[in-house]
Amino acid sequence: MTSRSHPILSMVTSRIGLGLLSLLIVSLVIFSAVSFLPGSYASAILGQNATPEAVAAMEQKLGLNRPWFLRYVAWLGAAATGDMGMSFAGRPVMTVVGPRLKNTILLASITAVIAVPLAITLGVLCARFRGRFIDKFLSTTTLASISLPEFLVAYIVMMVLAVKLQLFPSMAGIRNGMDFADQLYRMVLPILTLLLVILAHMVRNTRAAILSVMASPYIEMARLKGEPEGRVVLRQALPNAIGPIASVVALNLAYLISGVVVIEVVFVYPGIGQAMIDAVRNRDVPVIQACALIFATAYIGFNLIADVISIVSNPRLLHPR
Amino acid sequence: MDQSLHSRPVDPGRMTRALRLVRSAPLTAKIGMVVMAIYAFVALFAPLLAPYGEVEVVSRVPFEAWGPEHLLGTDQLGRDFLSRLIYGARNSIAIALVTTVISFTIGCLLGVFAALVGGVVDQAISRLVDALMSVPDLIFTLMILSIFGSSVLNLILIIAVLTSTRFFRISRAAALNVASLDFVEAAKARGEGLLWIAVNEVFPNILPLILSELGMRFCFIFLNIAALSFLGVGLQPPTAEWGSMVRDNAALINMGDITPLIPAAAIAFLAIAVNFVVDWLLNRASGLSDEG
Repeated sequence: MTSRSHPILSMVTSRIGLGLLSLLIVSLVIFSAVSFLPGSYASAILGQNATPEAVAAMEQKLGLNRPWFLRYVAWLGAAATGDMGMSFAGRPVMTVVGPRLKNTILLASITAVIAVPLAITLGVLCARFRGRFIDKFLSTTTLASISLPEFLVAYIVMMVLAVKLQLFPSMAGIRNGMDFADQLYRMVLPILTLLLVILAHMVRNTRAAILSVMASPYIEMARLKGEPEGRVVLRQALPNAIGPIASVVALNLAYLISGVVVIEVVFVYPGIGQAMIDAVRNRDVPVIQACALIFATAYIGFNLIADVISIVSNPRLLHPR
Repeated sequence: MDQSLHSRPVDPGRMTRALRLVRSAPLTAKIGMVVMAIYAFVALFAPLLAPYGEVEVVSRVPFEAWGPEHLLGTDQLGRDFLSRLIYGARNSIAIALVTTVISFTIGCLLGVFAALVGGVVDQAISRLVDALMSVPDLIFTLMILSIFGSSVLNLILIIAVLTSTRFFRISRAAALNVASLDFVEAAKARGEGLLWIAVNEVFPNILPLILSELGMRFCFIFLNIAALSFLGVGLQPPTAEWGSMVRDNAALINMGDITPLIPAAAIAFLAIAVNFVVDWLLNRASGLSDEG
């Protein structure tokens, strides 16, 4: 038994190692981005009218005269413990980003909880009734809707449900003092938009994953035995497609990240995407770095999970070639 | 491979073959091609089609309603909305096209190069590409633009470099398959240069696969630039761009006015059209390989 689980373990560990390595490289890129700022970091903080003496004093205070790799290690060490330094506006970055990160995680997890089962059900339906009306309908509409810009979906949702029907507020400005039901009520529109954006990808990928399993000989065998088609899909194809589907789900959750930025801006939802855009407008580099690092970590994390799931669920991957 | 050698002399002309191919396309792909042609026409002849200038202020009333003088009303500064929509076609599509071509060139050349050279060079480029791909594009672009400032040139270069990673991946994988075939070995044995082999032997054989990727990436780039402009860091005013037109006039939506959605819909229609055509090309390619 140990001899069977060992290669999986080492493969998973090496993937995790690769993930950490790319996180390290990304953090290096994000850190060194600062050094490309026109002028120095210190004069960026103090503004353009700062005297050279003031800039020099600031550089001394921030430790900018130390070698870059010492600064990088210090920055990375602080970031790992959740300390991202001070924003140009003079507040600790984490007090700006922290609460917003919580809001975004809330938004994304509610969306994921609804989207995943729904997408898998629809994908299975498409595969079961391949070539029939429901498959053609869903394939065409999902192909069309992955081409829609996120802000168009968001504004149409807003137009119909908030402006015309007046069912929900068009602005999702949730605050900490609100009770949870009120927060949820205000989050309905952003959640709905995110769902529409992400569902199309998930349904298409789920359908493709099941159909590729359906081409295997053992499915043919099950059909020859006379099993009804629904049973073939649910009992034979679906369990074997779980690996690909799980990795598809994880990849799509990573895809959610860029959708989240636009949708938070449209609905003025106080999440981390909104925080990043505000910081980009004010060129508040420490906040941008923190947001970029968080987004990159989440993205690498989801991709890693996708990889690990597809390794663990597919023994054939253990013996490449 | 030898099949193409034998069939070449009896092949009908390229135009006839292309026409026959188009005629055999499914309805969605035909609609897609017609829509793409319309967009190309509008983009090319924008100055002739637009009733007013791109940045011309024609009304003192911002957000004027639809009327005979200004068919789609005016925008937040009193410029003719329809004219800006038409010029927007030119700007949005041209920039996306240029970006796609640059990233296609960088990505494919590097990909085929890495596949042919192999070894340490291949490893080094591949690891760099992995690192670039492990940050979401939009986030990376936002970060770089906020540091270098958003100019058209920066926008094009950043997105081109980030997207070239996808072209690199696919062309490297495709070229690896081709590079081990006999005719490449033969060319190497003849003493042909790497660039010659890449252009004359490898590239024509991986082209169909890469072309559909090209269409798909154009869509992504197009949507990406629109999203960046919508977020206020893409094309800067007064240039007419569909994404920023949505953002600048978004206030109208809360009054139940659909005007700001028109440029968004224009973006969507082109993206859908391209995707329909790409989907058909992909299906065709995979169908052929199944039969063969």
